[in-house]
Amino acid sequence: MAQMTMVQAITDALRVEMRRDETVLVFGEDVGKNGGVFRATEGLQAEFGEHRVFDTPLAESGIGGLAVGLSINGFRPVAEIQFFGFVFETFDAIASQAARMRYRSGGRYSSPVTFRSPFGGGVKTPELHADSLEGLMVQTPGVKVVIPSNPYDAKGLLISSIRDNDPVIFLEHMKLYRSFRQEVPEGEYTLPLGKANIVREGTDATIITYGAMVHTSLKAAEEIEKARGAKVEVIDLRTLNPLDIDTIVESVKKTNRAIVVQEAQKTSGVAAEIIAQINERAILHLEAPVLRVTAPDTVYPFALAEDIWLPDVKRVVDGLIQVLDF
Amino acid sequence: MSVSTAVEQTGKNAPLQILAPDGTLVRPDLMPKLSDDELRELMRRMVFTRVWDQRAISLNRQGRLGFYAPVAGQEASMIGSEAAISKEDFILPSYRDIPQMVWHGYPMYKAFLYSRGHIEGGRIPEDVNVLMPQIIIAAQCTQAAGVAMGFKLRGEKRIAITYFGDGATSQGDFYEGLNFAGVYKLPVIFFSQNNGYAISVPFKKQTAAENIAVKAVAAGIAGERVDGMDVLAVYHVVQKARERALNGEGPTLIEALTYRYGPHTMAGDDPTRYRTSEEQSEWEQNDPLIRFRKFLEGKGLWSEKDEEATIEEAKKAVADAIKQADETPKMKVSELIDAMFETLPPYLEEQKAEYLEKESK
Repeated sequence: MAQMTMVQAITDALRVEMRRDETVLVFGEDVGKNGGVFRATEGLQAEFGEHRVFDTPLAESGIGGLAVGLSINGFRPVAEIQFFGFVFETFDAIASQAARMRYRSGGRYSSPVTFRSPFGGGVKTPELHADSLEGLMVQTPGVKVVIPSNPYDAKGLLISSIRDNDPVIFLEHMKLYRSFRQEVPEGEYTLPLGKANIVREGTDATIITYGAMVHTSLKAAEEIEKARGAKVEVIDLRTLNPLDIDTIVESVKKTNRAIVVQEAQKTSGVAAEIIAQINERAILHLEAPVLRVTAPDTVYPFALAEDIWLPDVKRVVDGLIQVLDF
Repeated sequence: MSVSTAVEQTGKNAPLQILAPDGTLVRPDLMPKLSDDELRELMRRMVFTRVWDQRAISLNRQGRLGFYAPVAGQEASMIGSEAAISKEDFILPSYRDIPQMVWHGYPMYKAFLYSRGHIEGGRIPEDVNVLMPQIIIAAQCTQAAGVAMGFKLRGEKRIAITYFGDGATSQGDFYEGLNFAGVYKLPVIFFSQNNGYAISVPFKKQTAAENIAVKAVAAGIAGERVDGMDVLAVYHVVQKARERALNGEGPTLIEALTYRYGPHTMAGDDPTRYRTSEEQSEWEQNDPLIRFRKFLEGKGLWSEKDEEATIEEAKKAVADAIKQADETPKMKVSELIDAMFETLPPYLEEQKAEYLEKESK
């Protein structure tokens, strides 16, 4: 076991899979000699050569199309979109092409591409770097969407994503890349896609969340326990599609109160979907409406407004108080 | 013959021609090395495809076919290019390029099922190296680079060829595909059938560039212009581009100058709104079938009898394929759900169960 940051765990997962399976290719902008703008592909070109780890021309649609073409021809591409705000350029390759390949061909072809990409607020990037666009991806039939919250999960989930025979969007929150270290096993291990993780057990309310908001939510859960003794369960979804609705419903049946916390804007997103499903499956167990703690429905803010825009511990605590006191 | 319409035969960018419109061999030095049987086969395929296209249009009008993009006029571009590649080579077609798919091994009844909108139309047989027709204009250009990179990485002697029209050359993915293929020196042919119109918009409104072939310059790859109504010239340039690709010399952009006699698709397009009948008749004098027939008749390789036999053969093949398409079982929603992922996630299992119950009633 080694202590690793999340970005190191991601590099480790790529290395493990490239050693194990020679059809795994890593490419994108600056991923070769430079090792990626966040160093997520550090050392990979030196170990595996330029034919398996390579820089692409600066064209995100081309990167997506290249990945789709390779994927239908026996390869398992891990394509990096340098920042997820640039994904609009790649959207056709993901939503019109990779996501539909199996369906369009009645199963003759599939597109086992992993699109890796940094996203997430709090690091003062220019526009269109930090946006939480996972809701768009979750609305796209045919792709899986994974968002890890820590180094251990990142490695196990990335290995599963690469091995999956359908396209996976793997989103890496920039604020988590180097914010803490964790024990990460050497070699290969997988975490199943579609299985959530209960990161804190509780009996009085449930927070359903993912990505960097897992940490914000854990802090809020601790604060409210100190303040008023309420025991809050926190579910880290890990995967947004498939959603582990069974774990969510089981928790809600136990706690009878829930909030969904997401960094993304409020309307029609992941939180809305989760609440709809709770309504369908557990409405008679609820003692309060399920609330959303989210960003407001504006365009992602200017860097100097991030701190007042992103959901924080206080807003999560306020959300908990509302459902606890309903 | 005006410059903007029918194929211009002079000037520095004159497209390559091996047969003149009257069937005369004008470039004997470039005559492809084809046996008499192979020459006859090119003719058979063009006549067959023309009849098939006429039948498809008529079936569409009877409501027995769905989405269909007519091909008449473009037979030399389509058939000459497909004939010049190997069965191991991989085709990434657009929605008009059904003939190349079928001559590459894709069964005709599946083409009709694709046209009607049936999942079976996308189920390409395992040993047939084609992709389903692309709807998003030029998306196949970047994918072709990926397929070709796969061949190169495995050291296989195979190429990818992708087809698109003149309108596609305005898309970003066209440039990105060419550029990626150039950077990695990939074994791929970008085959543009310039039929003069992207639905109704004429080529001169797509670009200020003199032609499509010059766009290869920006990507640093080879560019060729060919008379797309001359099956031998098309065969020659594709064969040459393929050899270059297999020799590690990288991709080629080919511009084939051609014309579609019919509408853009059978879904209500009316070409008289944007083309003149004079222009149409000029192009019909350039017809690829007439030209090649004259050439073959001159060599005693094609007769009225051959023509009649091919027409009957095509009519029968279309009738048989339609019959097979008619006999294909209807789709079920549960089956469509199964096509979404290798292993269905729980939410889709749940939805499938709901539909299976409905379907069992």
